[in-house]
Amino acid sequence: MSHRIVKRIESVNDFVVKFANVNGSGSASANEMFARSLLRMGVPVSPRNIFPSNIQGLPTWYEVRVNERGYLGRRGGVDLMVAMNPQTWDRDLQEIESGGYLLYDSSKPLPPSRFRDDVNVIGVPLTEMCATRYTDPRERQLLKNIVYVGVLAALMGIEPEVIATLLGEQYKGKAKLIQPNLDAFMMGLHHGRDVLESDVLGLRVERRDAVGKRIFIEGNAAAALGCVYGGATVCAWYPITPSSSLAEAFQKYCAKYRVDKASGTNRYAIVQAEDEIASIGIVVGAGWNGARSFTATSGPGVSLMTEFIGLAYFAEIPATIINVQRGGPSTGMPTRTQQADLLSCAYASHGDTKHVLLFPEDPRECFDFAAAALDLADRLQTPIFVMTDLDIGMNHRLCEPLQWDDKRRYDRGKVMSRADLDAGRDFGRYLDVDGDGIPYRTLPGTHPERGAYFTRGTTRDAYARYSEAGPDYLYNVERLLRKFDTAKAMVPQPVERRAARPTRHGVIYFGSTSPAMAEAFDALHARGLHVDLLRVRAFPFSEAVDRFVAEHETVFVIEQNRDAQLRTMLMTEQEIAPARLVPILHFDGTPITARFITEAIAERMPGANVQPIKGGLVA
Amino acid sequence: MTYITKPKLHHPTLPKNTLGFTRRDYEGKVSTLCAGCGHDSISAALIQACWELDIEPHRVAKLSGIGCSSKTPDYFLGNSHGFNTVHGRMPSVLTGANLANRELLYLGVSGDGDSASIGLGQFAHAMRRGVNMTYIVENNGVYGLTKGQFSATADQGSKSKKGAINTDTPIDLVSLALQLGASYVARSFSGDKEQLVPLIKGALRHRGAAFIDVISPCVAFNNHPGSTKSYDYVRAHNEAVNRLDFMPRRDAISASYSPGEVIEITQHDGSLLRLRKLAVGYDPGDRLAAMNHIAAHEARGEILTGLLYVNGDADDLHGHLKTVATPLNRLGEAELCPGAGVLAALNAELV
Repeated sequence: MSHRIVKRIESVNDFVVKFANVNGSGSASANEMFARSLLRMGVPVSPRNIFPSNIQGLPTWYEVRVNERGYLGRRGGVDLMVAMNPQTWDRDLQEIESGGYLLYDSSKPLPPSRFRDDVNVIGVPLTEMCATRYTDPRERQLLKNIVYVGVLAALMGIEPEVIATLLGEQYKGKAKLIQPNLDAFMMGLHHGRDVLESDVLGLRVERRDAVGKRIFIEGNAAAALGCVYGGATVCAWYPITPSSSLAEAFQKYCAKYRVDKASGTNRYAIVQAEDEIASIGIVVGAGWNGARSFTATSGPGVSLMTEFIGLAYFAEIPATIINVQRGGPSTGMPTRTQQADLLSCAYASHGDTKHVLLFPEDPRECFDFAAAALDLADRLQTPIFVMTDLDIGMNHRLCEPLQWDDKRRYDRGKVMSRADLDAGRDFGRYLDVDGDGIPYRTLPGTHPERGAYFTRGTTRDAYARYSEAGPDYLYNVERLLRKFDTAKAMVPQPVERRAARPTRHGVIYFGSTSPAMAEAFDALHARGLHVDLLRVRAFPFSEAVDRFVAEHETVFVIEQNRDAQLRTMLMTEQEIAPARLVPILHFDGTPITARFITEAIAERMPGANVQPIKGGLVA
Repeated sequence: MTYITKPKLHHPTLPKNTLGFTRRDYEGKVSTLCAGCGHDSISAALIQACWELDIEPHRVAKLSGIGCSSKTPDYFLGNSHGFNTVHGRMPSVLTGANLANRELLYLGVSGDGDSASIGLGQFAHAMRRGVNMTYIVENNGVYGLTKGQFSATADQGSKSKKGAINTDTPIDLVSLALQLGASYVARSFSGDKEQLVPLIKGALRHRGAAFIDVISPCVAFNNHPGSTKSYDYVRAHNEAVNRLDFMPRRDAISASYSPGEVIEITQHDGSLLRLRKLAVGYDPGDRLAAMNHIAAHEARGEILTGLLYVNGDADDLHGHLKTVATPLNRLGEAELCPGAGVLAALNAELV
């Protein structure tokens, strides 16, 4: 059955489609093909996998934001729901915007009570069509997904040639699969063209040139490439969603780019360790011995690693930890996104610790920051966290092409060579020679007589000799603070964006909130609400953060966690008065939406747009 | 805790090895362990073994966990880099260090609390990965630094200094190491330097995971009647399966043993292990037989010592991972970074 209502959403290249499927039903590749076909037509898309912690049988969704202006965050709401999962029918139906569309499998008739009066319904007898065409039950199931892509292509105006090309690419080397998929697609296409009314769907795709040179890549793959380019040679990891694909991508890229062709040997070592504790232990051991090393994990993994992180901090050993954050605490929501590990990473381990955190906003920065983290770890001789999340890590995102300057040299930090030691320089492992808190180190095996020292997590003097003396302890922990201060100038600096008009309202945000914030910024502007933006890209916070807060009466701090963790850090580390920082928090496990941010800010700034503060407030 | 500075002055007539080093050059700081601690004898055996093998001290990386035993790396090879890691997790740190630079010798020193209790998992996985190292457990069945609690190697029924009886089944690290794939497995006694030194030498020259369990009585907390890790008990129940002669090179073979009693095993670097059999029919090349033999003696309350198993052809983790011969920590941009051109090509594929 199909029915039409008077009110209809009509839009070209600007809408949200959501596919509701069952995990394991083979829908992922069809849904991704839909998204990619739009990209190939030059229309920006940003898809998001919303999946259960399960292999088969539970509900899964794939939400595609289509927006030719390039907004890549979640907007909120759904214009077209492709409802393939009877289990979630009711809630899927509720998510559709008024005047939106529901495409469903009409093989079995449903009573009118199962629909909504303000939603346009498009029924396609997918099961019936596949049952008629295919005899193999698996084909019937799998190809149903491609059939609805065909229907959508007909109704939206997606060019069939684009899909044909994509099918060819996807099943390259598996020629047997191309033709059945193409047939199924054409079956859907013809059904859309011949059986359904041509204007049954008000959402259209038109070719544009709005993608440009941007690439479409998952954050985890980009971070893995960052580790390859940044010179990581040792990777130790333990499988955990959503970070596993990062280590797997590192393995793939290393096998491609890091094999010595003449000897067939590898210029890398990857160990799938027995647990996260061993993973970080291997990273610490390799870092101690001068190899660039990293691990990829998520919240529960970081929890397990904390003792070693404290050792690396106090013994001053380089280590890179890529934390692809997910919903916590405990097992929380293992397949959903959050930014809720800031405090547990910034202060990981017992005692007084502070760690450097980097916050990438997209795959491009996942690449840049992974490579930068390896430099920083060597330079600062300390653990560096790259705080990505499931939203960036496991979803394809359109971003600027990855770039590398061949003139760039790895910064190995203060490592004394045999020649340095021979030159008679005083070597004290924990001597602050340069006043920046960063001591010099030697690698094992460097010199027969000089430079050997003992590394330990207990207190020692500047020459690495065991000590239980208070002054020696103070010397070390105060120097570590000095080192942390030095880090401020070395980490990626915040990015600011000013409103069209001077304003007393600022917004601080970070990481994957970025694209939704960009859209909210424009939406607020359209309502006459002006806010200045500051995207924090690292902890420790630089002076630009203090300046920004001083310039604004109210600063909204947007985070994807319950406890306003970034706000807490701003308060405690920068000594900013709590009242100045207004938390805006989104933490249901789905990526934050532009709509949520817009509404949250709008309702907190009635009668906005007062004159800017002259000279700045005291932070 | 106080330290006595060790005088640097060497007696001019001290014998030197081929590198020109005396044994003193292999010493470390003055031990802070209790007088008579078995661990100090193991340190002395390590010093002796490294000196005799002409090992350059700075080419050794010595790693340990936390505990009495783990303090000992500070007491030998003062010119080596040492690393006190965290309790029970030395094996992973050593694995990482080894991956970073395959050219150094790796010495892991641990205790029974460190390896059999908190660190059992890491011990197991280092063995099964075949990390190229000498892993020594200084085994006294007790937690010394926390004053006398049982460790997981304490025998069932053995008595603590305070009179508590251990009711848990002990973990036999030697049997575990065999099962997990260690390719050089030995047990010795800190009071038997004659046996221990050649066992350490063989292990240092072995490629792969070499494990030596050394019963090392704790004079403070576990050297009383009722303990199965006391000097008296071990001396009374020690049964050696073989006596080992270690020859760094094949051409140094001497014929001190008559044929029929001797097994020779050549290791990767050409060094030779000559084993004089003491136990009739004992074959250190047979993993299964070794396990049975150990279990049978254990049931009788006997402590089997000697080289229990060796596979001279074993490979190590680097072999398994097919790692390049140059140490990974020495590779630079040219070897590691695929370059901007490759990235541009990758970008082009990513739409």
